[in-house]
Amino acid sequence: MEEKLTLFKNRKRFGIEKNIDLIFKNTTLALSSLVAIVLFGIILVVFFQSFESFSRYGLNFLVTSEWNPVKDEYGAFTAIYGTLVTSLLSLLITIPLGVGTAIFITEDFVPKFFREIVGSFVELLAAIPSVVLGLWAIFVMEPFFREFFVFLHKFFGWLPLFSSEPAGRNSLLAIIILVVMLLPIVTSIARDSLNQVPKKLRNASYGIGASRWKTIFSVILPAALSGIMAGVLLALGRAMGETMAVTMIIGNSNAFSWSLLSPGYTISSMLANQFGEADGSQVSSLFYAAFVLMILSLVVNIFAQWLVKKFSLKY
Amino acid sequence: MIMNSLYYQKKLSRNVGDKFFTSLSVFCALIAILPLIFVVTYILIKGGAQITPELFTLEPNPPGDDLDAGGINPALIGTLVITTIASIISIPVGVGGGIYLAEYSNGGPFSKFIRFGVNVLAGVPSIIAGVFIYALIVSTKILFGSMYSGLAGGMALSILMLPTVIKTTDEGLKLVPNELRYASLGIGASMYTTILKITLPTAFRSIATGVVLGIARAAGETAPLIFTALFSYYYIVGFEDLFYEMGSLAVLIYNFALEPYDAQNKLAWAASFILVISILTVNIFSRILAAFTEKTKRV
Repeated sequence: MEEKLTLFKNRKRFGIEKNIDLIFKNTTLALSSLVAIVLFGIILVVFFQSFESFSRYGLNFLVTSEWNPVKDEYGAFTAIYGTLVTSLLSLLITIPLGVGTAIFITEDFVPKFFREIVGSFVELLAAIPSVVLGLWAIFVMEPFFREFFVFLHKFFGWLPLFSSEPAGRNSLLAIIILVVMLLPIVTSIARDSLNQVPKKLRNASYGIGASRWKTIFSVILPAALSGIMAGVLLALGRAMGETMAVTMIIGNSNAFSWSLLSPGYTISSMLANQFGEADGSQVSSLFYAAFVLMILSLVVNIFAQWLVKKFSLKY
Repeated sequence: MIMNSLYYQKKLSRNVGDKFFTSLSVFCALIAILPLIFVVTYILIKGGAQITPELFTLEPNPPGDDLDAGGINPALIGTLVITTIASIISIPVGVGGGIYLAEYSNGGPFSKFIRFGVNVLAGVPSIIAGVFIYALIVSTKILFGSMYSGLAGGMALSILMLPTVIKTTDEGLKLVPNELRYASLGIGASMYTTILKITLPTAFRSIATGVVLGIARAAGETAPLIFTALFSYYYIVGFEDLFYEMGSLAVLIYNFALEPYDAQNKLAWAASFILVISILTVNIFSRILAAFTEKTKRV
């Protein structure tokens, strides 16, 4: 890159040409700076809009779950808890499923043609808009799982997670639809990192007598681990910010409950539900919640990028 | 006995374990393809049944009378208008920014910072883009006193498209071989002529594919629109409608899926049908195009 620049710099040119070149360069420079401006703009605007609520409630906002526009009392604990629980639990299900699928695509259990079909199906799933998945979840998935939830409550009701009567829309449904949305992310990133592991490693492992799965577990997965981890973190960021499908199926209730079978709330679904009609200090509290969501996803994303840089494959 | 040890032994623990994990992996793959099959099948069946010529020409009726839901014309046009606005904003900015990153920057701290910023911006939840535009434009009424508007919706979507456009431009330009740049320099072209006449056209196909996929993605985004563009039941007739509430397919699906009336729900399925079919067509087409380019690559 640098070489090509100096070559162009050394040329002797007319004034007009030089100026046009300079104008063009500075325009593109300004346009690329716009990314940074927008990013800082988002952070600053959301922070300043939330300032009123922030100065009134401080960090108490994060641990109380009163959300009462009539009494002007706001606390986002239920939404924050819901965001963390739905995203972490959905990730817990997605990781084995996604990595298993990625192994299926990168190994040669079946002919390449079928593996490519599985790969494209999973990638096309990522193209389905979240609101359509929400519609599907309401009318197809929820009736399908209804009996299963009754069963869960009946036999595992002693666990706090399943302790309430299953509601028509609940957190567990939101977790399931999140799995559907995260699967393409985890699978495609895991597949890319598995593909990057050099064939030499595999052959060496086979050469000393390791079986296929011994090789996968002890050689290939550890070598691809950093890439997979980064994909998992990106999926986590996506899960925390995911709005539409979750809003449509989670039930939107601010009453705190340990049970996944009762309606819940996430920060993004709270924003989607209340932002249009909010006024007064409720707006500021919603901005505060948005700020918390943004910080959560920024931290996860920045950590993911750091991980990629720090542990990227060096073969 | 010694001879036997050379043959494949089914009951050996390592072979049993291998079989077990292989079936587990196949099982994962089967589960992974189920959602797409189910979603697409239901949309084809439930949405496809609602497709009539009137659907494309009528306004939706407000929920309540359970007789006839009407059509989705305003939402369809609204989605086209809003995504066009988003493209008009984000494509020049994104391509320009990508040109700077790939052609002018030399891996210094500034370009590293911008690339980092692009990745961070791509990870910002889509609803935050809506919140940002709400605070900046809707609540301040900065656009000639209009609050919720199609224009604000388009701006919110452009924030989501920007990282995709920059990234595809940056990566597309990086794939252009340096020899082309040297050749251009050799016959006396300046830097900007080289970029506009040589490198950008060479990378055009890969950039266009990425941008079109970005537009398809934006067309299905709902979260940034629900409190920037809001929703409208009325036809879009003229330019001034940009400054008023504007419907979109995505918001129509969201609003009508939550209505208790069957007629509105059916309309939501019909809108999903149109949205998903267009998005999948764009995706499959670009996939085929990419595979075709791969095969015919000459450089």
